[in-house]
Amino acid sequence: MADLTCDFLNLRLRNPIVLASGILGTSADLLERVARAGAGAVTAKSCGPIPRVGHPNPVAVDWGHGLLNAIGLSNPGAEAEAKMLVEARERLESLGVPVIASIFAGTVAEFGDVARIIAAARPHVIEVNISCPNVADEFGTPFAASCESAAAVTEAVKRNAGEIPIAVKLAPNVPDIGRIAAAVVEAGADAITAINTMPGMVINAEAGRPVLSNRIGGISGPALKPVALRCVYQIARAVDVPVIGTGGVTTGRDAAEMLMAGATAVGVGSAVWTRGPEALGQIAGELAAFMEQHGYGTLQDLREVMRVQ
Amino acid sequence: MYETFAITEIRDENYRAKTFVFDKPLSDAQPGQYVMTWLPGVGEKPFSIAGHDPLMLMVVAVGPFSEAMHHLNVGNRVWVRGPLGHGYKLQGQHLLLVGGGYGVAPLLFLAREAIAAGHTVEVCIGARTMAEVLLAEAFMPTDFSSVNPLKSAKSVDKLSITTEDGLLGTRGLVTEAVEVAIQARRPDCVYACGPTPMLLALARQCREHNLPHQLSWETRIRCGMGICGDCELDAATRQAANIPAGWLVCKDGPVLFSE
Repeated sequence: MADLTCDFLNLRLRNPIVLASGILGTSADLLERVARAGAGAVTAKSCGPIPRVGHPNPVAVDWGHGLLNAIGLSNPGAEAEAKMLVEARERLESLGVPVIASIFAGTVAEFGDVARIIAAARPHVIEVNISCPNVADEFGTPFAASCESAAAVTEAVKRNAGEIPIAVKLAPNVPDIGRIAAAVVEAGADAITAINTMPGMVINAEAGRPVLSNRIGGISGPALKPVALRCVYQIARAVDVPVIGTGGVTTGRDAAEMLMAGATAVGVGSAVWTRGPEALGQIAGELAAFMEQHGYGTLQDLREVMRVQ
Repeated sequence: MYETFAITEIRDENYRAKTFVFDKPLSDAQPGQYVMTWLPGVGEKPFSIAGHDPLMLMVVAVGPFSEAMHHLNVGNRVWVRGPLGHGYKLQGQHLLLVGGGYGVAPLLFLAREAIAAGHTVEVCIGARTMAEVLLAEAFMPTDFSSVNPLKSAKSVDKLSITTEDGLLGTRGLVTEAVEVAIQARRPDCVYACGPTPMLLALARQCREHNLPHQLSWETRIRCGMGICGDCELDAATRQAANIPAGWLVCKDGPVLFSE
């Protein structure tokens, strides 16, 4: 029997499959539903300092090889989010499923403020979203674009997060993601989540315009997987912290590939569109079956297979 | 991805509702499912499917998007993704359909499919005022065959109309007509679509009578894909109607089965 137990930071996950931020993480009920459906851990949707309604519809489109979305960081604000996280953490405690918070902000100082408010809710990890591609009009270039800005946010969050470990979520569209990873680890990141969606555009030819109201959105799903595998591979060789490898994982086989690239845990998001909230538990089951079929006893065996070649 | 549909006919249903008939069928559509309709440059909104062959959507002018729809003409195109969500399932022999306000649209599609499949169908329509009664003619036993694409001579067994102003049909609430209908002939399943207060009352009523029911819930739909989480119903509504926690209107619903 393959062992799916996943040691991530100070946590022991029952399996490495983690609900990615931005998918179904808007309420304690939904986080609980995904946990009950078999996730190893769940990540809430990103919250910022104040409530946001996000972009008008269309906000998401299936373009055939993945999704493109620009929800626009809709969230209830850090104070309301903290209450939700407390409830979610209490409910998921008996299931043994950790809750990862996710935060964003427009300035380094605001990142610190949001981190302080969210840390008070005692999530197991705080993920730092410095890479949302869909709010450039308001927030400018994502902090994930340079080592300096990524490190500055990391430091501010780390200073305000107390003892709660932080995972910094990186963007794929940078020249050298290994350098950004090294910069955030140097600045205090305990883990890295890689990657956020890749900026893209879907144009409807008949309409003669972009589909999303925001025009530009983030590519996710199968089209993103090779990009994510490359990024995780480069990050795992640049730094020595655990990585939640996220991007296009739809099956247990995809999850195995992500672990082979060097991920410690595996984020799943867009697969919920095609497979429902049950996707996470199903992917964990498929991963176990793959490991058994191919003689892998533990997740560490998968992580090491590419190193010895 | 979107498929484009061209408008072939526009019917005025009442002072603020129009039915749009399109140039082709919507594949694999079930009654109770919905589509997301995109007007480039305007926005995207959900509409329940009033008919699938050809596609028909009833649009009530309540905001900028639906008003833009009302300005469209025959020949104009709309962009549609769907069918989305889970719709009604035919259950038992005698079916009672309950529509409140503009919730009647998916029931027209359901009535056609049910009658074509050999079920007997009784319909209760409710509205606040006579002016807001919708699709009554389409459900009328005498006229039903004329809008039935199957050209079936069969029709609904009985149609009851209830208005709060009493100017059309019986004065009162649709749930009163439902009570009369249940007493006269117990249905095997109750199907409904309408405003939340009506659905809550009906859910209570069906539980009291121990009747299976399939209710279509309405809320703001954002992604329509079951990923953004925006369409969860509020806690009070969920508790009042025994709706499971974390139930997503856009993907698990909009129709929820009582059993």
